[in-house]
Amino acid sequence: MEDSVLNSNSNPQSTNRQAVSFNDAKIIIGLEVHVQLDTDSKLFCGCSTRFGEAANSQTCVICTGMPGALPVINRRALELSIRTGLSLNCRIARSTKWDRKNYFYPDLPKGYQISQFDQPICGPGHLDIQTTEASGQSRRIRIERAHLEEDAGKSIHDESSRRQSSKIDLNRTGTPLLEIVTHPDIRTAAEAKAFLSELKLILNYIDVSDCNMQQGNLRCDANVNLHIPLGGEQVATPIVEIKNLNSFRAVERSITFEAQRQFEAWQENGLTIADAPKQTRGWNDQTQTTTLQREKEDSADYRYFPDPDLIAVNIEETQIELIQSQLVQLPSTLRESLVTEYNLKPDDAAVIVSQGRGVVDYFLEVADGCQDSRIANNWIGQEVLRQLNELNQTIRQYPVSPQQFTELLKLVIAGTLDQTRGKEVLNAMVEHSISSEEAIKQLGIKPVDNSELVTLCETLIDENQKVVEQIRSGNEKAIGMLIGKARKINPNANPGLVKAMLSKMITG
Amino acid sequence: MTLSALNADIIVDQLNAGEITATDCVQHFLERIETHNSDLNAFISVSDKALEQAEAIDNRRKAGESLGCLAGLPIAIKDGICVAGQPTTAGSKMLEKFSAPYDATIVERLKSAGAIVIGKTNMDEFAMGSSTENSYFGSTNNPWATDRVPGGSSGGSAACVAGRLAPVAIGSDTGGSIRQPASFCGITGLKPTYGRVSRYGLIAFASSLDQIGPMTRTAKESALLMSVIAGFDPRDSTSSKEQVSDSLASLEIPLKGIRIGVCRDHLNEGLHLEVKTKINDAISVFKQLGANIEEIELPHTKSAVAAYYIIAPCEASSNLARYDGVRYTFRAQANDLEEMYRNTRGQGFGDEVKQRIMLGTYALSSGYYEAYYLKASKVRRMIKQDYDEAFQKVDLILGPTTPTPAFKLGQHTQDPLAMYLADIFTVSANLAGIPAISVPVEPSSTGLPIGLQLQGRAFEENILLRAAHQFQNETPWHTTSPSEPWRTQS
Repeated sequence: MEDSVLNSNSNPQSTNRQAVSFNDAKIIIGLEVHVQLDTDSKLFCGCSTRFGEAANSQTCVICTGMPGALPVINRRALELSIRTGLSLNCRIARSTKWDRKNYFYPDLPKGYQISQFDQPICGPGHLDIQTTEASGQSRRIRIERAHLEEDAGKSIHDESSRRQSSKIDLNRTGTPLLEIVTHPDIRTAAEAKAFLSELKLILNYIDVSDCNMQQGNLRCDANVNLHIPLGGEQVATPIVEIKNLNSFRAVERSITFEAQRQFEAWQENGLTIADAPKQTRGWNDQTQTTTLQREKEDSADYRYFPDPDLIAVNIEETQIELIQSQLVQLPSTLRESLVTEYNLKPDDAAVIVSQGRGVVDYFLEVADGCQDSRIANNWIGQEVLRQLNELNQTIRQYPVSPQQFTELLKLVIAGTLDQTRGKEVLNAMVEHSISSEEAIKQLGIKPVDNSELVTLCETLIDENQKVVEQIRSGNEKAIGMLIGKARKINPNANPGLVKAMLSKMITG
Repeated sequence: MTLSALNADIIVDQLNAGEITATDCVQHFLERIETHNSDLNAFISVSDKALEQAEAIDNRRKAGESLGCLAGLPIAIKDGICVAGQPTTAGSKMLEKFSAPYDATIVERLKSAGAIVIGKTNMDEFAMGSSTENSYFGSTNNPWATDRVPGGSSGGSAACVAGRLAPVAIGSDTGGSIRQPASFCGITGLKPTYGRVSRYGLIAFASSLDQIGPMTRTAKESALLMSVIAGFDPRDSTSSKEQVSDSLASLEIPLKGIRIGVCRDHLNEGLHLEVKTKINDAISVFKQLGANIEEIELPHTKSAVAAYYIIAPCEASSNLARYDGVRYTFRAQANDLEEMYRNTRGQGFGDEVKQRIMLGTYALSSGYYEAYYLKASKVRRMIKQDYDEAFQKVDLILGPTTPTPAFKLGQHTQDPLAMYLADIFTVSANLAGIPAISVPVEPSSTGLPIGLQLQGRAFEENILLRAAHQFQNETPWHTTSPSEPWRTQS
């Protein structure tokens, strides 16, 4: 941490706490993100990781902690962890080992969790995020480490019946989690959200996790405290860990709430990081507040020690190189190339990239095909995304292939179809799953030749003398009314051409 | 000759030759268990499927099917090893009602070789002990002197083989739990190299030390069992891919020129006088067999017991956390979760187990971890280095298995340190991960068995078995059986 922190409230100026404004306080945020890796089987046994199956149906003697059963590492989970580490610029350990984290809990069958203590698979790294304050500015959030561990099961407490009961579902027990820990480099709730969004996008691009937060595939704890300037020094408030935030909104709001709460608490009692142990608080979505869960005396003693049932894993340089070489382009790289090579505005590039690799590929194919990336972006960024949203489809399910879309845009670029007609054609293509050619035919779109256009304009002038007078007397905007009428008479007439011809005829 | 006097290899030959049937054989040993187990308490449970399985083997044999190398041979399994559908208690109240849902890898292998599990043998609770007195199911008596302990923790397996309630048995050894009871009961017991035999299905005491091995009358029978149970198991990450050498084939290769190291320190202080004499006599036998006896030093082994009683409890404290009353174990009455944990573990575990859990929990706690666990791990590495150096000079290391013959029941129960010293010669092999075998030498003047220990290089079980076998070719001690009815010996 870059600030010199005063660890005591014995400051003579402590009575001046009321004079400090919340806006002077700096929020210090570190995140611990648990990502469920998208493996078919669990971390140490062959059980399926499928979500939503009947309780305890995805279990075996290993993940239920039967006497004598032993764990065997899932190689795929190691590979996905390395892939994630490389994507987050982490140093990959050449040797990584397993440790037991000992604690009792009914949904922890062995009485310990197999985790990694001092040799995590991924060492220091970083992730650059776009800040909202100044577009184009990025902030580097340092990653401290990322380690693999097994998930615990789920306790279900039924307090509705007369006899309260608790049930345990061990389907989730042993699913692989990668815990990504940041340095306390995050300064605002919005940055925390931006970090998570970017992380989620990366994990999605590299096919490591679908990050479905409803299913608990991405869970986040936030460590929050404040550095408050007081009498030329910085005072740090006690650190609070906010647990199990299961939506980006919860992350953002809980941090905002917690910062304010800490500030008020400090104004009231003046307690600093040296006076109070780390607290665990839970976010309550109903009340939109954090509530105290437990106070840790220093840190809970998990009695970590190397798991004697597993051997250390040596990761060969060649394996890392292989995974590196197979790594897909990351969102940041793609955004950059959309800006520099495809001439998109940064915000537009961000929209396309945020939709996932499928939309990016679709865009690239269309932009390359029609040779006009701006038009491609306008149509995909607006029309296609709107339609996908309405149809609740992914780009892979979208009925218009990139080739067909390219053909459509070529007609628009050539002026054969104006914007409005083009959109009508696209709608028809989507609705009936047909090509642009067929859609044009179905809509009765035909090219209009010059003599037809002349006849049309002459008719319009003859029948709308009042409007023609307005135009002649300088009200140029009135021409729009004529163009509208032209469209009704002949929908195929290009509004641009109609306008040019009318102007010429009316004003000479 | 009655069936119970026959060695396993002979029984298998006779079964193959059709001279006896598996049914007869199983029936015979079941009857002996029926008659004698009340005196010895070697078995915690007897299989009700053994006869059925024997009949199936007989039928398959009649049908001309090809059968495994142990087809029809009854075998006793230590109760800390899972046998599907059989009670598997680890000698604990905690697992009194537990029926294993799966076969340990070695049980799977034994079964597919045609062996028939006739019962599960008594043991110190969770293998913690050197006398089998820590069993929830009562102590086992030594068939040579029923007022004495059979050793432990695999006391039931040792006693049942010595008393001929089973031709052969399987034990497990964390700090001497195969070799020490083998020594006390006058049989042969092999602790293989760590990783040689799969631990999958062995209820863990201390995972980095535990190893399953054979307990038999002869080295040849141990070699026979090893040919079935040894080898890589993908379900045990710590099992080794090292090629398994054919111990049976190399048993008769002459020992001439083999270098045997003797650590003089281990033959002096605190050693029972007769143990010393008989071990020296055994050394003479090896000399006659052409071995060169050389003096070696293992300076750090004097710290082995101390290191062992840190590392093993540390691992145990974590391994035994799963017995929490939530799933398959005994569960005590309670009003809330914390009380349920406390009562279940307070009532479900015996004193020795609780003592070691507390010891291990303490030693792993923050602030003590470095001073205890890490320090002990360092000592462990130094002991391993001692062995590495010694094995540059010699092929085997010879010494007593235990400092004394079997002690009396109750003699050490109030003195844990005296009990722990029973492991003084055996724990080093577990810490170093090397194989070691205990072989009976001439008994004491009062008729108590005495054991000789041979330790070898990692994965050289074949040399241990070969040396033990040729010693047995020259000596009668492995052929004697305790007299019936069993006697006490004061």
